[in-house]
Amino acid sequence: MLKIIVCIKQVPDTSEIKINPQTNTLIRDGVPSIINPFDKNALEEAIKIKEKIPSEISVITMGPPQAQEALKESLAMGADNAYLLSDRNFAGADTWATSYTLAKAIEKIGHFDLIILGKQAIDGDTAQVGPELAEQLNIPQITYVKKLDLVMEEPAKIIAERLLEDCTETVECRLPVLITVTKEINEPRHPSLKGVLKAKKAVIPAWNKESIFCDDDKIGLNGSFTQVMKIFTPPVRTERETLSGTPEEMSKILVQKLKERKII
Amino acid sequence: MDFNLTPDQELIINAAKEVCLGEFSKRSKETGESSAFPKENVKLMAEMGMAGIPFPEEYGGLGSDFLTWTVIGEEISHACATTGTIFGAHMLACYPIFIFGTEEQKKKFLTPLAKGEALGAFGLTEPNAGSDASAVQTYAAKDGDHYILNGTKLFITNAGAAGIYVVITKTARDKGARGMTAFIVEKDTPGFKIGKNEKKMAFPGLPNCELIFEDCRIPKENMLLSEGKGFRVAMQTLDVGRIGIGIGSCGLARAAFEEALKYSKVRKQFGVPISSFQAVQFMLANMATEIEAAKLLVLKAASLKDSNGKFEKFAAMAKVYASEMCMRVTNQAVQIHGGYGYTKEYAVERYFREAKLFDIVEGTSEIQRGVIANHILKES
Ligand SMILES: Cc1cc2nc3c(=O)[nH]c(=O)nc-3n(C[C@H](O)[C@H](O)[C@H](O)COP(=O)(O)OP(=O)(O)OC[C@H]3O[C@@H](n4cnc5c(N)ncnc54)[C@H](O)[C@@H]3O)c2cc1C
Repeated sequence: MLKIIVCIKQVPDTSEIKINPQTNTLIRDGVPSIINPFDKNALEEAIKIKEKIPSEISVITMGPPQAQEALKESLAMGADNAYLLSDRNFAGADTWATSYTLAKAIEKIGHFDLIILGKQAIDGDTAQVGPELAEQLNIPQITYVKKLDLVMEEPAKIIAERLLEDCTETVECRLPVLITVTKEINEPRHPSLKGVLKAKKAVIPAWNKESIFCDDDKIGLNGSFTQVMKIFTPPVRTERETLSGTPEEMSKILVQKLKERKII
Repeated sequence: MDFNLTPDQELIINAAKEVCLGEFSKRSKETGESSAFPKENVKLMAEMGMAGIPFPEEYGGLGSDFLTWTVIGEEISHACATTGTIFGAHMLACYPIFIFGTEEQKKKFLTPLAKGEALGAFGLTEPNAGSDASAVQTYAAKDGDHYILNGTKLFITNAGAAGIYVVITKTARDKGARGMTAFIVEKDTPGFKIGKNEKKMAFPGLPNCELIFEDCRIPKENMLLSEGKGFRVAMQTLDVGRIGIGIGSCGLARAAFEEALKYSKVRKQFGVPISSFQAVQFMLANMATEIEAAKLLVLKAASLKDSNGKFEKFAAMAKVYASEMCMRVTNQAVQIHGGYGYTKEYAVERYFREAKLFDIVEGTSEIQRGVIANHILKES
């Protein structure tokens, strides 16, 4: 049985988010929470694998107690197990402390063949947790996967197509491996009516720092190398200039202007 | 009467709503205008578990109830009336097997229907048997352990796409309603084929075809209830079907109302939005009120059905009131759109044509009034 772990994050629905113009911060009150869309692609990919190869899918999230909702939705979509990592001491974690915490939970779950994450979360947009988690677990990683094939003959391996800026790259790798996926990989399904009923009844274990044996100085704000000092909306610049001419002429003018302003 | 939904019912309904809004609505114009059967929507309904909402889990259903089925039916028809009508017609095959089927029949036929592995259809109407169901001529002749069917049905919704058909026949030609018998017929049975598809005023993607039986041998295990009880099977199936048409009417009417409301706020004449004219406001007020009234009547019938109450009269009332309401509301929605509402640019043009089906199908308005009057007179 293939053991798949999917890490998800509950994020504010950015399509509903507004910015307080006085303080320049996000207004989170009353904004619905959703599963980070790329993480839904990660879960969908796991379910698709399970439809072909006998698998067990475990979903993990680190977050406040209400992140349970995201786990229930994952169960409704078709995950088998869900784990909530919730502890006041996890709060304020940067990507490194987050990936450490996820790694500790994965160690506790035990065996795994494949770990799937979304390429990034739409709130932080760092795209770091996946790669860092692979480092913490000391396994190979393939990021930005847009197509995935599993070859189960020993030694089991995956063949992944990576979506890069101007090309795609096909990578082969033996299991276990961690991948991060792009939205191109699939179209996440809706939870079925049976699924939501089943998920409602599910009891989701909540793990704190003791249950997964975390070092205090590696979690939450304490364990974070980076800290967010300030979030602000860049002021809107009204100064604009449209260049005209042939592409050659325009690029010359552009280079000149950039030099004038000491940008290059 | 209390229609407060339980948390479980709400959960299921919200999950269904998400698909309706996210998928069916998105492509409803295409679905409503194309002559292709909306396979993708039907597949999605199956995957979502919408095919067997009120049936027990042991038969592949969701283990919910008819009220939930009804509320979800409204959401589907609101998003896409073609899909809603397929959903309703599917029930016409599931229900008689659930109510009258033997354990064997439920295992063999209800289970794939409820799981959505097979779509269902119900064949009663014939060229000479419309409102007068007892005039059915399709004949099932007994031959040992089999019945041999000969005859032609028409207008049958889901025909061709469906895998399992409940077919009403005559087994005794001279006995009228008492000589009728219901059979379960599988799609690929030799001697059974799908005939002409009707070209209709609306719903081009909805199959309404002939079912042609030519010496079609059906094992007697596929008989529902018993010989001579086919009329009862048909009538009780239609009692539930009426809830389906009633709620489909409510969903379609709500879609038309929403379009009209939206349009009335943006269309300006005489320097103001047309929604500021009392004449338009009154139309909107009537539409909203009638939709609400119809929905309450349909939910009452569904709720009574769930509590094993006498729901038949209310189902007929719900069907006639909701379907005629749907005609009025879609008509007014076109009126509010003015000339634009008469063009294919606006969905209300199609809604108006679609609405007309509901006061005809599964017993015309006249037949419903007859049913209601019969109940009233019997009760008095
Ligand atoms: C799109 C569509 C889908 C359909 N799907 C199905 C299906 O899945 N399965 C199925 O079996 N059938 C189906 N039908 C058939 C439908 O149920 C019949 O068309 C309907 O019952 C009316 O029968 P009729 O068309 O023969 O009209 P008729 O019975 O000929 O009626 C003509 C008119 O006479 C009136 N009338 C008839 N008898 C009386 C009376 N006693 N008192 C007063 N007025 C009367 C009617 O109300 C109507 O106004 C479908 C029809 C359509 C158009």
